[in-house]
This record gives sequence, structure tokens and C-alpha cells, in this order.
Amino acid sequence: MEYVIEMLNIRKEFPGIVANDNITLQLEKGEIHALLGENGAGKSTLMNVLFGLYQPEQGEIKVKGKPVKITDPNIANDLGIGMVHQHFMLVDTFTVTENIILGKETTKSGVIDIKTAEKDVREISERYGLKVDPSAKISDISVGMQQRVEILKTLYRGAEILIFDEPTAVLTPQEIKELIQIMKTLIKEGKSIILITHKLKEIMEVCDRVTVIRKGKGIGTVSVSETNPNELASLMVGREVVFSTEKTEASPKQEVLQISGLKVKDSRGVEAVRGLDLDVRAGEIVGIAGVDGNGQSELIEAITGLRKTSAGTVKLNGKEIQNLSPRKITNSGLAHIPQDRHKHGLVLDFPIGENMVLQTYNERPFSKNGILNFKNIYNKARTLIKEFDVRTPSEYTLARSLSGGNQQKAIIAREVDRDPDILIAAQPTRGLDVGAIEFIHKRLIEQRDNGKGVLLISFELDEIMNVSDRIAVIYEGEIVAVVDPKQTTEQQLGLLMAGSGRKEAEEKANV
Amino acid sequence: MSSRFTNILIPVIAVFLGVLAGTIIMLVSGYNPIAGYSALWNGAFGDIYYIGEVVRQFTPYILAGLAVAFAFRTGLFNIGVEGQLIVGWLAAVWVGVSFEELPKIIHLPLAVLAAAAAGALWGFIPGFLKAKFRVHEVIVTIMLNYVALHVTNSIIRNVITDGKERTPNVAESASLRSPFFESITDYSRLHWGILIALACAIIMWFLLEKTTRGFELRAVGYNQHASHYAGMNVNTNIILSMVISGAFAGLAGAMEALGTFGFASIKGGFTGVGFDGIAVALLGGNTAIGVVLAALLFGGLKIGALNMPLESGVPNELVDIIIALIIFFVASSYIIRWFIERISKKGVK
Ligand SMILES: Nc1ncnc2c1ncn2[C@@H]1O[C@H](COP(=O)(O)OP(=O)(O)OP(=O)(O)O)[C@@H](O)[C@H]1O
Ligand SMILES: [Mg+2]
Repeated sequence: MEYVIEMLNIRKEFPGIVANDNITLQLEKGEIHALLGENGAGKSTLMNVLFGLYQPEQGEIKVKGKPVKITDPNIANDLGIGMVHQHFMLVDTFTVTENIILGKETTKSGVIDIKTAEKDVREISERYGLKVDPSAKISDISVGMQQRVEILKTLYRGAEILIFDEPTAVLTPQEIKELIQIMKTLIKEGKSIILITHKLKEIMEVCDRVTVIRKGKGIGTVSVSETNPNELASLMVGREVVFSTEKTEASPKQEVLQISGLKVKDSRGVEAVRGLDLDVRAGEIVGIAGVDGNGQSELIEAITGLRKTSAGTVKLNGKEIQNLSPRKITNSGLAHIPQDRHKHGLVLDFPIGENMVLQTYNERPFSKNGILNFKNIYNKARTLIKEFDVRTPSEYTLARSLSGGNQQKAIIAREVDRDPDILIAAQPTRGLDVGAIEFIHKRLIEQRDNGKGVLLISFELDEIMNVSDRIAVIYEGEIVAVVDPKQTTEQQLGLLMAGSGRKEAEEKANV
Repeated sequence: MSSRFTNILIPVIAVFLGVLAGTIIMLVSGYNPIAGYSALWNGAFGDIYYIGEVVRQFTPYILAGLAVAFAFRTGLFNIGVEGQLIVGWLAAVWVGVSFEELPKIIHLPLAVLAAAAAGALWGFIPGFLKAKFRVHEVIVTIMLNYVALHVTNSIIRNVITDGKERTPNVAESASLRSPFFESITDYSRLHWGILIALACAIIMWFLLEKTTRGFELRAVGYNQHASHYAGMNVNTNIILSMVISGAFAGLAGAMEALGTFGFASIKGGFTGVGFDGIAVALLGGNTAIGVVLAALLFGGLKIGALNMPLESGVPNELVDIIIALIIFFVASSYIIRWFIERISKKGVK
């Protein structure tokens, strides 16, 4: 079998850390090749080397058997390599077509020929089953659509080899199904794909072979047909991993969070939360299940003080907190793991240690009389980094330099450590490896067992089903059903989320 | 290579490239670069008098540089340092000429604080407009520069004097002039203000790096969303940042008002010190210590340049060109960074 890409004995160092230590990856033509490893194992780094964003200290790259030097992304493009990054790189104010042709514009006597470009885009999008509206603005389309635009961008540039860095982390289950279909079509059209994902199910479903790396070192490549999720997990972590989260029966007490008649408008002024009622009691985990765009984001933002409400009340320990400032809400006993870690969760240009006290920097022992005490701040950071296994060269490393999953772990560490009466966890395990997910679930349950309330928002039905004590289904800005996970199947939940079973939902809620 | 080292190396290389380009320009236009540069050096450090003048020029540059750097570190671009300096200048003179019988221990601090307050007010306006209405601070500060220029001219002519071109000198009790400094520098105009400027550099460093307020200001500068999420008041921090920045700029005006000149006169145009502050901050990497070093360089170049035509016949406009080139190279630090990375990689192999 001929290899389209060979990365041989690649080594890449960053200050204080060897991110890639002698890694070999060989991609066959027409295969989907998974790249698997824990958070911070060096997957994104390896792919950035292939795409020309980083230069390796050692090692060789061959494209179709020929040794090449990929010193910048343009060379990668010319060699037929395209990459869809973990965080998208699109111009928000441009249309889909403009983004796709950016840097490769078709011109007619010096003027951009948008008509032809749109036609080309439509043609490619039909050929690969990537439905998009070529004239829509990026800021108006969903994350799943934006990802399609990124894929189209690489195809428009004639990519033969596509790199996907955690494409499914930001997608809803439905969008994931569509993406898998798209990947299959791409393979049929003769493309080859490298896929980074933490979801073993996806690897088993679409991939042909998988290369595993652990702490920067290549562990080996196996055929998917000859392996199973358990083996993959232990290859990756270096020990046995237990998948099912053990937990005892919840013993809920008084209500800590009471939401009634809540109405919230979204950024365009459309009512996204429409008279929502929900209670979370001390000592229980309530999961919110719903299709993306049914008001989840607005609900969280309203509870946490990031968005104004237009009607209704939110009570924390009996006191109204709606429309208070985030600081006041935080101080009344709420912590929030935000959905978007780069936008809200971290100051990327601060050291990770200082991010650990982002809310508490003005409290003792981190400061006194307005003067920061860096010794105490960094001591705290060291403790949290150790306890939550945040993999970073040091506590002084900028948050920006941490791998995506380790950034997430740092945020979770900070929020859980404040030991809040109510913890709002929005997609807390997004982008985490299986080991880390297991750990985080344990911490959420521990929080519950200590008599605190947890509100979990997730698009992963598995997560909602396994971790929650009660599931509230959100549909068009209202809670349409509250069900017991032990007496509900995924199918039933799916129906409720689609809004089709309001009647049954009401009946079930009364059980 | 550590990023800290690279950050220091870049401005040094930029200065070197600027000097190199100046050499080429001198050669091309038929001047002797060695004579030119030694005239520059002698004009800045060749004589104790010149050294005194360099330090005097250094003083407002530090403060103007700090003003720009402070705003920049908190995510704001203060182009209005020039205007804030001008109103600070006027305020200091106004207080300086208005009282005659005050003891120095009250009068001088009062005049200095008036300058800081005036600059702070001039910074508050764009800060407030940005916080409340999201009006971009660059536009507002540029316009306020002109407002400052013409309003102060009118006050000098119509309020402080009766249609005169300049105010009387400030009272001795409000003056920063230092007979001691003058005597040890062969009667240059060096004054006590340098101590204020250096103290401000320390204040800026301390405020930004060591206090909870500085933590907030920097956080807001990097990521407003995360700061809001973390419970900081984004708008308050934006306004505060512009106010502090403006106060530094106002103090730069006080240096001219109470130290160098001792009066205010009708200005036909801007002093330029406020705009040079942008370059000083850029060259100094927006850090307090960097600003001090860059201000020294600018002060030296400005004063030394005066000697170039006399001693070597090189027009002192050339110094402006060199300064412009240095700024150009600092601004294109990306290119320099790229070179450093290439070279250091070769070194590894
Ligand atoms: N630009 C950088 N500067 C310094 N260190 C970096 C940089 N990029 C990555 N690292 C470090 O290299 C290691 C590997 O990071 P990488 O992003 O490749 O991990 P990953 O396998 O993609 O993890 P994740 O699954 O969490 O995304 C991490 O320890 C990270 O801190
Ligand atoms: Mg990654």
C-alpha cells in the first residue's frame, strides 16, 4: 500500500516540554486515520507540524514518497494538505463564499468575480454533500455550518489530504452524524483523512486505522477492525480505564436554585427563553437536554449574570439574583464552567496560575489591601494543577500555550474548587480525553454528595444520562419535561428534545 | 530562545537598523556618517551641559511614554496624550501664576496635581464615551487634541492675560527649577521634574504588576468577556485606565510648565512630545522600564541632533528620519522576530 503522507520520527519542542518525541504517522491513500491521545499528548502539535505552522526539530515528512519541507501553510496547500482547526479561522463579517475564496480569489479584469465563485462553491458543496448557503454571512450561521465552510475552504484549494482537529467536539449529535456522512463521501472521492477525536465510538465507527500517542511519544498504529474501545483507552492512558460512572442514589434536600417564569432575549432581540421554570435542589445533579439553539445558552447567561432577563425570577438560596452583576452572583455561591472557554473562561495571555484566581484575586489570601500576593496565588495554582492533573510545563506558562483539553481542566479546577452551592456546568467535558471525563464526572458527583446542587448542560446524551439525577428537557425556550434517567431511554429523550412528545412528556413528568 | 530575551533584543536590533539606515542615507546624500554620529553623540553626552539638557528632555518623554503604555497595556490606544499634555501644561501654569503668597510646600504640589487632574479629565472624556457608548477612543482622543490646543490658546489670550502671547512666569513657589541641578550641569535647564517622572515609572510598574486593580486593568485589556464573566466591572476599568493615562500625560505638561519653561504661550501647533510618547511606548515594549530606556534614547537623539548641523553640517531633520526609521523597524518587529527565530534555529543544529 502506498502512503500519501509519512511523518517519520518527528520531534517538536516547546520551552520546558517535548510536545512530540519521535512520532511516526503514516497515512494510506483513501483511509480515515485516527490520531488518539490524552489531553496534551501532542496531537494538535503534530498536525500543526504537518500543516507547516510549526517546524520540527527532527524528523522527516514525505508526501507521496517524496521528502518535503513544509515551512508554511501555503506550501502545505500546494502539496494538497488542508486543515480544519480546533478553533475556526473565519472572517465573521464575510459571506460563506468570500471566506472560501479568501486568498484564492477568481478575478475578472482585476475585480473579484463573485458570481463564478459562488457557482464553484455550489458545485463543490453539491459534489461532497456539504450543504451551505453561499451568500449567508458567517456570523448568521451555526457552528456546524461554519465547520462545513472550513471544509469547503480546504476542498476549494484542491486538498487531497484533510486534517480534522477535534471536529466533533463542538457539534451536536445530529451534526456529528452529518459530518461522518461527509467524511465517507470524501473518502469515496479519493481523499484521505486524519481525524483527531477523543470519542472512541467515532473512531470505531468511521476509521480504518488509529495511531496512538502518549505524553508526546508514539505508542503505535493499530487497525480499528482488530481492536476495541477498551484496548484503545488503555493504550492511550497506559492503564485500564473504567467507563461507567458509579454513583449512589441522590438524596436531594432544599432548593438552591429556583427559576420561575424566566424570559430572556437573544442577541438579535428574539425571545429565546420563554417563561421557563426549573428547580435544582441541594444534593442533586439536574441535566438539561435539548437540541442546540433552544435557549440553553441564553438560560445559562441569564442565571450567571452575563445577560439581562426580561421577565421572571432566578433565586439562589431563596434570594433573587436575576440581573445582578456576575460578581454579586458569584459571591452568593454560584460557580460557572462556561461553554466557550476562550471567550469567557480564560484570559489567554495571563499565566495559567493567574487564571486560577480570576474571580478570587481580590480576596485573601491572594491579596491584602489591594496588593497581590503572588506566592499564595501560585501556591494555590500548583495545588489545583496537581489535583486536577492539568498538564502544563509550569504554572507560569501562558494559558494560550496549554492544549485545549488542559485549558478546560484548569477552568473546571478553578470553579469546582470554589465549592459553590450551585455549579453551572456547560459542556464541562468538551474536548476532554476519556480519562479526564471520568475524573470530571466523579468530581461533579462528589460535589453533589457534599450536598451541593449541580446544573449540567450537555449535548452528549450519554453524559446527561449517566451523570444526572433528573433530566429537564428544553425545547423552544421552555422546559417541556422532567424525567428520571433510570426510567427513560435515549430514544424517548430524543423524541422529547425534538418537541414531538409534549403530551407524553407531561404524563411522564407526573409519574 | 526565551521570549523575554527576544523582547529585549527586538528594540535593540530596531535601533541598530535605524542607525544603519541613517548611515546609508548620510552616505547617499554626501555627508560623512562618522562625523555626523560623533556630532550627535557629542551633542548629547559630550558636555555636562548637554547631559543636563538630555535629562531635561528625557523627563516629559518618560511621562508621555508611560501615558501611552499604560493605556495600551489595558487594551486602549491613547492618541490623545498630546492634548492631555497641553491641558496639563495650562493647568499647572494657571495655578502657578494665580497664587503669590503660598508656601512652596503647598503651591508646587498643587500646581503639579492640577496638571495631573486636567490631563485626567481630558482622558476621562474618551474613556467615558468608550465605556458608555462604545465610541472608539482613537477618534475621540484625536479630536480632543485639537480642542485642547485651541481652548488653551484662547484661555491664555483671553482669561489669564489681556490678549498677550504668553502668560507671566509662574511664581517661584510653584517652580520646579533647581538651582542645584543647574549649577552641576553648567546651567542647563535640568529641573526637579526628573524625580517625579522616575517615580511615576515606578508607580506604573507597581500599579499594573502588583495590585488587584492592575490585575483587573490588564485582564480587561486582554479579554473583556472573560473579565466580565469573572465579575470585574469592564466599564469602570476602561474609564479608570484613560484617567490614569491622562494624568501621566498631564504631568508631562507640568514638567514643561513648571520646569523647562515656567510659562505657557500661544501654540501654533502641537508640541510633538505627546506623539513621540507613542513611539517611546512602542520602543519600550509598553513596560515601565522599557519606557524609561526608550525615553532616554529619544531625549538623547532630540538634543544631540541640535549639534549635528553645527559640528558636521548634517541637517538635524536627518535625526527625525532616523527616529522614524527606528519606529518603523520596531513596528515591523515581526520581521526581526522571524530572523531571530531562523538564526537561533540554525544555532541549535
Ligand atoms: N505554542 C505553544 N507554546 C508552548 N507550549 C505549547 C504550545 N502549543 C502546545 N504546547 C504544549 O505542548 C503539549 C502538547 O499540546 P497539544 O496542543 O499538541 O496537545 P493535544 O494532544 O492537541 O491536546 P488536546 O486533546 O487537549 O487538544 C502541551 O503540553 C502544551 O502545553
Ligand atoms: Mg488539541
